[in-house]
Amino acid sequence: MAMKMLVLGEVKDNELRNVTFEAIAAAKTVADGGEVVGVLFGENLQQHAEKMVHYGADRVITAEKEELSQYTTDAYQQALLQVCDVENPEGIIMGHTSSGKDLAPRIAAKLDCGLVTDAVTVEIEDGQSVFTRPIYSGKAFEKKVMENGRIFATVRPNNIAPLEEDTSKTGDISSMNVDIKDLRSIVKDVVKKSSGGVDLSEAKIIVAGGRGVKSAEGFQPLEELAEVLGAAVGASRGACDAEYCDYALQIGQTGKVVTPDLYIAAGISGAIQHLAGMSNSKVIVAINKDPEAPIFEVADYGIVGDLFDVIPKLTEEFKKVTS
Amino acid sequence: MNIYVIMKRTFDTEEKIVINDGVIDEDGAEFIINPYDEYAIEEAIVLRDEHGGEVTVVTVGDEDAEKELRTALAMGADKAVLIDVEDVDEELDHFSISKALTAYFSKKEYDIILGGNVAVDDGAGQVASRVAEGLGINQVTTITSLEIDGTAVNIERDVEGDVEKIETSLPLLVTCQQGLNEPRYPSLPGIMKAKKKPLDTIDLDDLDLEEEDVEAKTKTIDRFLPPEKQAGKILEGEVDEQVDELVQLLRNEAKVI
Repeated sequence: MAMKMLVLGEVKDNELRNVTFEAIAAAKTVADGGEVVGVLFGENLQQHAEKMVHYGADRVITAEKEELSQYTTDAYQQALLQVCDVENPEGIIMGHTSSGKDLAPRIAAKLDCGLVTDAVTVEIEDGQSVFTRPIYSGKAFEKKVMENGRIFATVRPNNIAPLEEDTSKTGDISSMNVDIKDLRSIVKDVVKKSSGGVDLSEAKIIVAGGRGVKSAEGFQPLEELAEVLGAAVGASRGACDAEYCDYALQIGQTGKVVTPDLYIAAGISGAIQHLAGMSNSKVIVAINKDPEAPIFEVADYGIVGDLFDVIPKLTEEFKKVTS
Repeated sequence: MNIYVIMKRTFDTEEKIVINDGVIDEDGAEFIINPYDEYAIEEAIVLRDEHGGEVTVVTVGDEDAEKELRTALAMGADKAVLIDVEDVDEELDHFSISKALTAYFSKKEYDIILGGNVAVDDGAGQVASRVAEGLGINQVTTITSLEIDGTAVNIERDVEGDVEKIETSLPLLVTCQQGLNEPRYPSLPGIMKAKKKPLDTIDLDDLDLEEEDVEAKTKTIDRFLPPEKQAGKILEGEVDEQVDELVQLLRNEAKVI
């Protein structure tokens, strides 16, 4: 059944996030021949709107306002509900990102509809949209459908393949005047802490360290490798608990769940909670002194050895082949 | 201060998952307070000790959840409430659970409601925000620092690794992120005291809700385990050889570099 779908795009550091293209692809599947309408909030959105069209949106609605340049629950909720009022979509898709996670359940509650969060695939089965999502942090999966009413989902970054970019594609880009008032939260400041600007949830490559890194300084070689690979740096709970790094880097059942193309685990033994957070990565490399470490059970390639010998050499090799 | 915590009883994170005919096998599994909800309980206790008032921990589930509620009381919460939905035949979803919680809170006076930012079992992260919307109050999610002065609230929240500093006010719902605090273990005197603290059980009737009011909007049609990973390749030789081989494999076999 052809449906009209809204996709809320997301701009970060003046770039459209990849998950936006993935959300468009998911919406295309659900729309099943219907219309995919992109939605963008913020400032200077024209080029981003065009890009959403290039990646498959049929048209895009933008709302440019200073109050929307920084995400807050109230401002984005008010804006999106006003777009929904005008467009009356049969479904909504957005990224399962920090703002998507914050916004989607509130919108779902307001619209009195169901919501499937953190979907990793969407397919049409017997005319119905079926979303697959991880449970128990990836130890298992479930398939969910909407019982009735609107379709509403957030999609996990890095899982649904975006459509091929087509720069010749055109679509209507219209701006909408939204009313924003009575904001209850004020963002006073944003302190950047994420390493090298590569976000863990969207990183294609992650270099992660565990207790075997031994100290905060021990992360240095990992950071150097990450820089050469354009990777994000992550950590196990052990490394965070030992205060080698910030909890923001933690990967695992408590912490972030990641699915990069390549996961390099250095000095991580592989507790079940850590494996839950990363074992669905496409390719896993484990470097550990202990040949019995459970991390080797999920690794595609393993090196039994000292990470302080292996990682710097690896960095040198990659420097050669990527330059 | 009237402080409430929304809690969920979850599988222990140590547990392996077994699925029979699309249903999670709970036989012999250990259950715990959802780890993110522990941060919420801890923060609630700290707030009470600082500002006075009382902490009530609320869960939706069946009588098995009394164990986790008692643990929360042993940590230092004052009261516990179980919204018992065991008699509801249909499977409930996040819409249903939040509907019940919203009905409960709408009859209460609250200054702040705390919850975990996500439950480690289904990982949906929906209920707290749905409740905030249902009550028409503001929310701040994934918080790592909380300071309350009168009705003014200063918060730091984790935004994908960055820290956002927020000013807002009560009444408020917050969801807790790792780094907020270090949850205490229940002390022995705490455990003894918890036995005498009030633990009320109420059902949908008490909340003036019918079963159809909490009818799920989504349905789980299957659950399955990820495909078993093939045993990987352990690279042999001296470090230089291992590194050479790894780079080759990542470029030419795995094609990820």
